[in-house]
Amino acid sequence: MDIEKLRADRPALIAHLRRVTAELRVDILEMLCESKSGHPGASLSSIDLIAALFYAKMRFRPEQPEWPDRDRFVLSKGHGVPALYAVLAHFGVIGREELKTLRKHGSRLQGHPANRLCPGMEASTGSLGQGLSVAQGLALASRLDGDRFRVYCMIGDGESQVGQIWEAAMSAPKFALDHLCVLADYNQGQNDKLVREVMPTLEPAADKWRAFNWHVVEIDGHDIAHILGALDEAERTKGKPTLILARTIKGKGVSFMELNMKYHGVAPSPEETQRAIAEIRGRAS
Amino acid sequence: MSGVGGAPAKATREAFGEALLRIGADPRIVVLGADLNKSTKADAFAARYPERFFELGVAEHNMIGTAAGLALAGKIAWCSSFACFVAGRFETIRLSVCYSGANVRIVGSHAGVGIGEDGYSQMGLEDIAMMRSLPTMTVLQPADDVETERMVEYLVEPLIGPVFLRLVRQKVERVHAPDYRFQFGKADVLRDGGDLAILATGGTVAHALHAAERLEADGVRAGVVNVHTIKPLDVDCVVDLARKTSRLMTVEDHSIVGGLGGAVAETLAERHPTRLHRVGVRDVFGESGTPEALYAQHHLDAPGIREEALAFLGRT
Repeated sequence: MDIEKLRADRPALIAHLRRVTAELRVDILEMLCESKSGHPGASLSSIDLIAALFYAKMRFRPEQPEWPDRDRFVLSKGHGVPALYAVLAHFGVIGREELKTLRKHGSRLQGHPANRLCPGMEASTGSLGQGLSVAQGLALASRLDGDRFRVYCMIGDGESQVGQIWEAAMSAPKFALDHLCVLADYNQGQNDKLVREVMPTLEPAADKWRAFNWHVVEIDGHDIAHILGALDEAERTKGKPTLILARTIKGKGVSFMELNMKYHGVAPSPEETQRAIAEIRGRAS
Repeated sequence: MSGVGGAPAKATREAFGEALLRIGADPRIVVLGADLNKSTKADAFAARYPERFFELGVAEHNMIGTAAGLALAGKIAWCSSFACFVAGRFETIRLSVCYSGANVRIVGSHAGVGIGEDGYSQMGLEDIAMMRSLPTMTVLQPADDVETERMVEYLVEPLIGPVFLRLVRQKVERVHAPDYRFQFGKADVLRDGGDLAILATGGTVAHALHAAERLEADGVRAGVVNVHTIKPLDVDCVVDLARKTSRLMTVEDHSIVGGLGGAVAETLAERHPTRLHRVGVRDVFGESGTPEALYAQHHLDAPGIREEALAFLGRT
């Protein structure tokens, strides 16, 4: 895989990502099945966004995860971390075999991101609402040092019920952090119920971010071409941070998990995993 | 009111603002504020180094999380607000700062009942207990302006990890000579005494020294130790004091639950069981009043500390 070549050939990148995201979904399901715990819904809703970001934009060195000039990706919705582990293993930042240690005693792959333990984690997250502030701090540091790196941060829609998200939503445009891009994985579900049942007034979400002076791009978060276009637009946008409001489906790719809140925080059984993998591979072939 | 060498009394927050300005030439240092910079005295840094000062507004979670991000990219991030407001953002400190390993200096000013008239909602009375419970967190509280300056200079060293620095609003008497050398983690013995050891911290240290003088007239030889490093506590010093005096008393403008008194009680119970008396805010809310009236109410001033000591020793 020559990533620079793919970055220069958009149709090839899109085709490649369509294949890769199917395999990453399989990795996520196998990982969760092995650990017998974890959050399939948010991992499956975010994997297209995370994979596209790493393939198309992130500047990083798999063999040197602490490279100071690397772009930063802060996964604020920490429960979706199996998706990030799958992508990091795909690029060799962590070992593929290590994926089987997810959530196990002694593993670097904690149930939620732990940056002191695992490469590729830029902050420890999992208490919702905290990562965007950290991303803002990283972006300010980058700015002080002459815009050395870009900062990406993924938040969720359930997570956007946390007040701290809106503190950072208010402040990042004040600092004109145009090298900060938020990927909002609006997957419509949260722990107990659908987001529209828990907090219908989260919408209209795009208007709220625009009102704080963010550049907002609203997309289908499972459409690879849309995602890449939005990431391009974020890079082009000057003077303000960008929020990619990605409309996604919790559990995307596995019919019996889609928008089924049972799979917010419950791992699939071996039988369910096999069924899910057959469905994903059947669709991809 | 004047202290060592006739120095005028000064609030530790004032010394903080001046020291921050002095270390501020170091380009790694950034400072964040939450609309209380005039109060915490971080405003002098903001005026001198505006490009490295970030105002987050009345949003302490966001201030602390942003400080964590700056620190994770190699900066030494200072952020300040009232002790109760920063410690109140416990979960952000717990995860974004401590568990993330971010070199953040969290300054909690206006600590204790010493803030006075503002009343309980503005009083940091549980902050030491909360900050002390966090792995990797260092908890410091200077006794006077000299010690504050030395501490701030010391905290440029990035390897210390996250730090909670507790300051007071009210002026405190100087207890150290200008050439005082701050030793991180080493309790600062100000006065020896064989009958009783008083371990004090922050705004109560000068009062404890005056109490010890009065106790001498009462025939009680009371030692005074300034515990500037509350975590990691100088346990060897505590055990040594217990061996020498057999009676220890802690004095702090903080709840007696989980603060210096709690830390000393834990140490003594495990290492050298000894009679201990904790003086502080006795698990009650604070209220409005002058700092002097509140220090008198909670027996944190010299007459109150003397009274507590005599009662503890059964001399009343």
